[in-house]
Formats: sequence, structure tokens, C-alpha cells
Amino acid sequence: MSISLDEVRHVANLARLQLSETELLSFQGQLNSLLGHFEDIQNLDVSGVAPKPHAVAMQNVFARDIAHQPLPREEALRNSADTKAGLFIVPTIIEE
Amino acid sequence: MINQLTAAEIAAKLRAKEVSAREVTQSFLDRIAKEDSHYNAFLTVNSDQAIVQADQAQSKIDSGDHHPLCGIPIALKDNLSTRNIKTTCASRILENYIPPFTATSVQKLDDIGAISIGKTNLDEFAMGTTNENSAFGPVHNPWDTERAPGGSSGGSAVAVSAELAPLSLGSDTGGSIRFPAALCGVVGFKPTYGRVSRYGLVAFASSLDQIGPFAKNVEDAALLANAISGHDPLDSTSLKDSQINISDLKAGSLRGLRLGIPEELFGPEIDPQVREVFELACDNLAREGAEIKRLSLPSINYGVTTYYIIAPAEASSNLARFDGVRFGPRIEKEGHIESFSATRGELFGPEVKLRIMVGTYALSSGYYDAYYHRAQQVRGLMTAEFERAYQDLDFIISPTSPIVAPKLGGITDQMALKALDLCTIPANMGGFPSISIPCGLAYDLPVGFQLTGPVMSDEKILQASYAIEQAFGRDYRRPPIL
Repeated sequence: MSISLDEVRHVANLARLQLSETELLSFQGQLNSLLGHFEDIQNLDVSGVAPKPHAVAMQNVFARDIAHQPLPREEALRNSADTKAGLFIVPTIIEE
Repeated sequence: MINQLTAAEIAAKLRAKEVSAREVTQSFLDRIAKEDSHYNAFLTVNSDQAIVQADQAQSKIDSGDHHPLCGIPIALKDNLSTRNIKTTCASRILENYIPPFTATSVQKLDDIGAISIGKTNLDEFAMGTTNENSAFGPVHNPWDTERAPGGSSGGSAVAVSAELAPLSLGSDTGGSIRFPAALCGVVGFKPTYGRVSRYGLVAFASSLDQIGPFAKNVEDAALLANAISGHDPLDSTSLKDSQINISDLKAGSLRGLRLGIPEELFGPEIDPQVREVFELACDNLAREGAEIKRLSLPSINYGVTTYYIIAPAEASSNLARFDGVRFGPRIEKEGHIESFSATRGELFGPEVKLRIMVGTYALSSGYYDAYYHRAQQVRGLMTAEFERAYQDLDFIISPTSPIVAPKLGGITDQMALKALDLCTIPANMGGFPSISIPCGLAYDLPVGFQLTGPVMSDEKILQASYAIEQAFGRDYRRPPIL
């Protein structure tokens, strides 16, 4: 299976990565090389094997619902590039 | 010289009042200031705060009631969140990020009076095999400064190897503690997944990441593993009763210890001289009474593929939070998607972008079943294979790395670099505890001996490692440059 430049562009958009044409070409090559190596598991018989999403499986982990002092607002905002009136400023999503 | 001592030896001197906590901390700060220009192991040195902590530690020591690591300087991989201390993940996207909270593992060390001496260099977001992917330059191996220390916790490995700190913490997702430990000639230990809280560790691949110690010897590694482990309600994958008990550490013996070498980790991928050093080490252990047998674990052959699907898939999701809104700089463009994409495209490094792309592709509609789902099935197969082997064996052993430290820039084939994780990946897949112990030199460079055991066998693996380390001796441990 090989991945086209348009597919690379599509994946970059899904991943929210703006890439230059040079980067797109470079990633196309690297992705195709990796996907080539990934072929090895395509022929492996895994029928009936349950997928293992966790290293050590746990079930029903609950946290006690206790109110606690949250992070002070100014500390939560401290690392943001743009804040106003105690809020994060996000890029405009809905036009007026 | 204080820098040559183990943490346990320094602790004894602190207890005997032969030296003060401030003197110990100052001596390591001085060494970092003088020597780290050769290595680039530290991204931030906590000079002022470390001295304050040292004086507080001294009060605890004077009161007589203190933990063995009280007053001991410890270097922290810069993906561990430290309140009010910059935490960069060696990425430009977090270049000026100052966390408002501290990782549980680090908090535990603060609470017992250990000194956070500085934050160490790493591959950006812990993604790399040689520590050449840092946005702030590569780390240099003290055994040969033209060589790589291994990644991704290269700075933490070098901090201990070059005696810039007696102990350090790293994180291990596919070998990122054990691999650099092997290449730098120190002990590196990845505990069972869930025994050390991941709270405050900047997430790379959440189902694989685990924090663990680097040390000069097994005793020190065990001390640090004991101090950072234990159940944490802030990490939902944290195991109950998970503190690592080291009271019987020195009771281990090699007689009757059942060790297995998988032939899949003993093939042509392993450098012949590395193999020779490993075989001599095995002969040594057999003479001391260990039973060593060969076995086959065929799913190991699929480990690298499985890892390079699962880890990037989880990473692509974890790294979605870096969009320029809550952390880091923002590149403003027309439209929000364009702003996010420009910020991420500009500030992530090439390897991080590649892995995000791989992960996004593997999770995308139409490819999920062929890649991500199937990789998780192979992960299940591999874990079951190891668990079956543990019915007749105590530990699986192998060289930690197929090669000795490579030259910086020496391996340009991306897949060849990724394949170096061959020996270390299975432990992360199964959540198994795994340790690398120096076992000799090939080409005058360190070779690591890896043991991997069943889930929750951390105490046993540390005990066996203590006995194994005694059998190996430690004449070859210091880099000649020191």
C-alpha cells in the first residue's frame, strides 16, 4: 500500500499540521517507508486474539467526588499566549 | 570526591555529619557549571532553589528522622512537570512553559527532602532513540563525546554517567530509560506499569509510559524506585499497593535463578561484539548457579511495527492539546484551524510531526482496523507469549541494545534507528518491569544486560539484579574522561 501526496495533505489537515511542500514530500517518503515495514503484521494470524489497549488492565476506577480548591484562575491562564478578563482568547470560530 | 560516590554512600556521610546537604548540593552544582558544556545534559539548573532545598533537608537530617534520599540531589527529565520551574519537553512549543503543578513522583521526592537539582535534556516529547531530536541540541555521551547517549532520556543517563548528579529520573515508553542507561554504562529501571504515578508526566503514549530511575548501581536504583512508587488517586492507571518494597534487596541469590534468552533477541541484529560481551556475562551467571536456557518468542519480531503504530496513535491524540491556546506561543492566521495548524507546523520538530502523522493515519477512517486494531491484537499476542514463558522462567534476558553508542549523526536511516528499540519494546507492551545493568565493554563502550519479568515482579527483579551486579563486578563503570 502506498500513500499519495493528496492523502499526506489530508492526514496533515486532520492532524492540524501546516506543512510546506518540501515537508509534505519528505513525509510522503517516510510514511511510505514506515507503511512498507508495517506490512509484516498484515500477514500475521491474529484471528480470535483480543486487542490489548492497556499495559495492565483495570476496571471501574472511580475517584471520590469531593470538592477541592481548584487551581487559581491566574495560574491556569499564566502560560497562555492571549488572555482577557480572566479567560483564554481563542481564535475566531464564528463570524459575526 | 563526592561526585564519585553512590547515593547510599552520600547518605551515610550525611547521616554521620561528615558532610552537609549544602556542601553535597553545591559540589554537584559546581560540577554541572564546569562540565556540562561538554554534554548538554541539562536544560535548566535549579541553582538557587536547590540550595534552599538543601538547607531544609539539613534540618530534617539534624532532627534524625529522615529518608535515605534526604539531601541527595536528583536530576529530572524535562518532561516531568515541576511547579514554577520551566518544563520544556525539549520542544519549542513548550519553550517557556512553567507548570502550575508538580508531578507526583517529583512531589514525593520533594516531600522526603531530596534535591531537584535540574531538568535534563531529552528527545522532543521523549520521541527518539539517540537524543538527537531535542530542539535544544543533542546530548553527548561521556564515554565518547562524539557519540550519542541514547534516547530518549539521554540527559538523565548522562547526568549520572558523567557524575553531574548521583541519581536521576527518566521516562520509558519503548526503552527510553533502559536504552540510554545501556549506552552510558549506568543502571536504568522501568518499573511495572502503574507502580509509579504518571500524574504530571507530559503524556507521550499513555498506555506505555512509565517513570523510573537511573543510578550508578542497583542499590541506588532501588532506593529511588521505592521513593517514587505507590498508589496515586491522581492517576487512574495507578495500581493499588504499588509501593516497591526493597527491604529484602540484598537477600537475592543466583542459585536456581531461571533465565531465558529469546533467540529473536540474539540474531544478526545484535552486533557480534555486543553478543560476545553478553555471552560472557551469561557464562559468569551460570557459574554462579543461574540456569540459563534458550527459547523462542516469535512475536518479538513484530514488536517494532506494533510499537510504531500504537505509540504514535496515542501520541497524535495526546499532543492535540498543543494548539497555541492554553500553552506556548501562538501563530495567528485567518481562521482557527489555520492558526492551530500554523502554530503546530512551525513549533513541533520533524520527528514529532512524523509521529503525529503516522498516528493520525493509523487512526483514520478506513485504516483503523488494518493498523491500530491489528497492532493491539499483536500486543495481546506478545504479552500472552511472555506470560506463558514466565511459567517456567523468572526473567527473560537479552542485551539491552543491539549496538553500542553510535556516532552523533551516524545513523541516518529512520527505520534503522527505530529498529534499535527491538529488545526494549516488549516490556512496555506487557507493562513488565525491566532493568538494564552494565555488563562490560565492547569497542571500549558500555554494553547493557537487560532482565524483564512478569507484572509486579519489581522486588524480585531488583533482588536478582543486585546479585547479578555483584557477579559482574564494577571495574569498568567509569567513563575514562572522568
